[in-house]
Amino acid sequence: MTLVQYLRCLGGIVRREALRWLHQRSRFISALVRPLVWLAIFGAGFRFVLGVSIIPPYETYIPYEVYIAPGLVAMIQLFNGMQSSLSMVYDREMGSMKTLMVSPFPRWFLLGSKLLAGVAVSVVQAYMFLAIAWFWEIEPPLRGYLAVLPALILAGLMLGALGLVLSSFVRQLENFAGVMNFVIFPMFFASSALYPLWRVKESSLTLYWVCQANPFTHATELIRFALYGRFNPPAAAIVFGWLLLLMSLAVYGYDPGRGLMARRGGAE
Amino acid sequence: MGYCPQIRMAAPEKNREGRISRPAYPRERFHEGGGRTRMVTSARESARMQAVETAPLGRPALAIEGLSHVFGRVKVLDNVGFTVRPGDFTVLLGLNGAGKTTLFALVTRLYSSRTGSISVFGHELGRSAATALASMGVVFQQPTLDLDLTVEQNLYYHAALYGMARADAAPRLAAELGRVGLLERRRERVRQLSGGQRRRVELARALLHDPALLLLDEPTVGLDIESRRFLLQHVRSLCAGRNLAVLWATHLIDEADAESRIIVLHRGRVLAEGRVPELVARTGAADLGTAFDRLVRAA
Repeated sequence: MTLVQYLRCLGGIVRREALRWLHQRSRFISALVRPLVWLAIFGAGFRFVLGVSIIPPYETYIPYEVYIAPGLVAMIQLFNGMQSSLSMVYDREMGSMKTLMVSPFPRWFLLGSKLLAGVAVSVVQAYMFLAIAWFWEIEPPLRGYLAVLPALILAGLMLGALGLVLSSFVRQLENFAGVMNFVIFPMFFASSALYPLWRVKESSLTLYWVCQANPFTHATELIRFALYGRFNPPAAAIVFGWLLLLMSLAVYGYDPGRGLMARRGGAE
Repeated sequence: MGYCPQIRMAAPEKNREGRISRPAYPRERFHEGGGRTRMVTSARESARMQAVETAPLGRPALAIEGLSHVFGRVKVLDNVGFTVRPGDFTVLLGLNGAGKTTLFALVTRLYSSRTGSISVFGHELGRSAATALASMGVVFQQPTLDLDLTVEQNLYYHAALYGMARADAAPRLAAELGRVGLLERRRERVRQLSGGQRRRVELARALLHDPALLLLDEPTVGLDIESRRFLLQHVRSLCAGRNLAVLWATHLIDEADAESRIIVLHRGRVLAEGRVPELVARTGAADLGTAFDRLVRAA
């Protein structure tokens, strides 16, 4: 296989993911509406309850909506990663995963392409949200819109890889409710997406360390800093480390010889 | 159009290494572009060329030896071995639960075999998976089309998974869809097609990259008589016309005709192998159905 053929394969997988996203209107709309509902209702409701002091990367006092916007961008990517994971389980149950897996390209490449395809969709969604959020006076500097792109890609890859790992563990579509309860919600709430960590630390030191251990916190901070034109090296390093770990687990999970697919028997 | 009929009909020649060479094969094509001529080898051509042309003379399309597989404590395949040759319509006959689908999952590398070997045109699946997979087309028992995409979007996706350029895939797509009578419906969503039509699309898709080995796992399940007949006739004609090696798994005895090679798989073991008249004669039965019953009862 040549490099051109690898690129064609990647292009085909990304194209299919984009087409599926566009064809599934409810997914398209809910992906956009969900963070806006949070911004409009949650943000407005809590702006008078929660005060936010001046913390980096902000240089002045900011309304609560401005604080939660990067967290909501990360939430879009978290949901998208889980949505990709859900569609992997669906594909496996429906059989279309087999089409991907019998391709002559190496499995790590196919999974990586699937991951990149999901990230491409999530980046588009994130920018759409940021465009609408501008009307809520969430106006990061213009260069922030550009600087956030690599952060979105890295965070999207990590959260997508988490989705891949989950899809290799989750046996049936019905079990996905458990993923919502035990993965998405705890990850979102036990992070810096909705409240700054110094506030969490004041109320519970244990919860603070839980938040610190949560990769979603670092994805959120990576995006928050990038959106204001600043690089956050610790957050980037942690997100990258998690990406490597989760991707290795995903490749293991989908390995025909060692992983879960071989042990699962008739499910595939 | 497709290159394959003309190529396969060209007489193979034996070179010094004892390997097949096909001098008539148009391996390289010349495209005019940007004011100068450049040489292009398509993905599809190169993949099949690699698999078929480097196969030592006389090697079967599919060779399985000593293949066993377990799920937990259950042995689903036990020392399975058989071959499928180019031009052969081979029927893998077995009751539900015989191990047919597991065998297909192992041959297509969805699972890995820990015991035994699987070779496609002499290329061992464990060592040369890419070459082996590139030369096979698969129709799974379960429908595997994306219902929300159109027919041609599904096929272009498949072409990309085999590294084919859209320019190469377009004429192949038109040819294969034309052969199954669905060219006019290429822009419709798969959801709008009937079960039989979806199966035909899956067959066209499996042939899009021009494989030399076609695997079909109970492809007629749930189809009406007319769709079943069409599928069988179409695959048999491909076998004869393109010298395609076919492995057709089924539990329906009437899908095997007199020319078919039969492999009887029962509880993970191969009970018998041979042409229909041989099996009938060997078991002293009047027809294949009775022969199958006797073999299974004796096991």
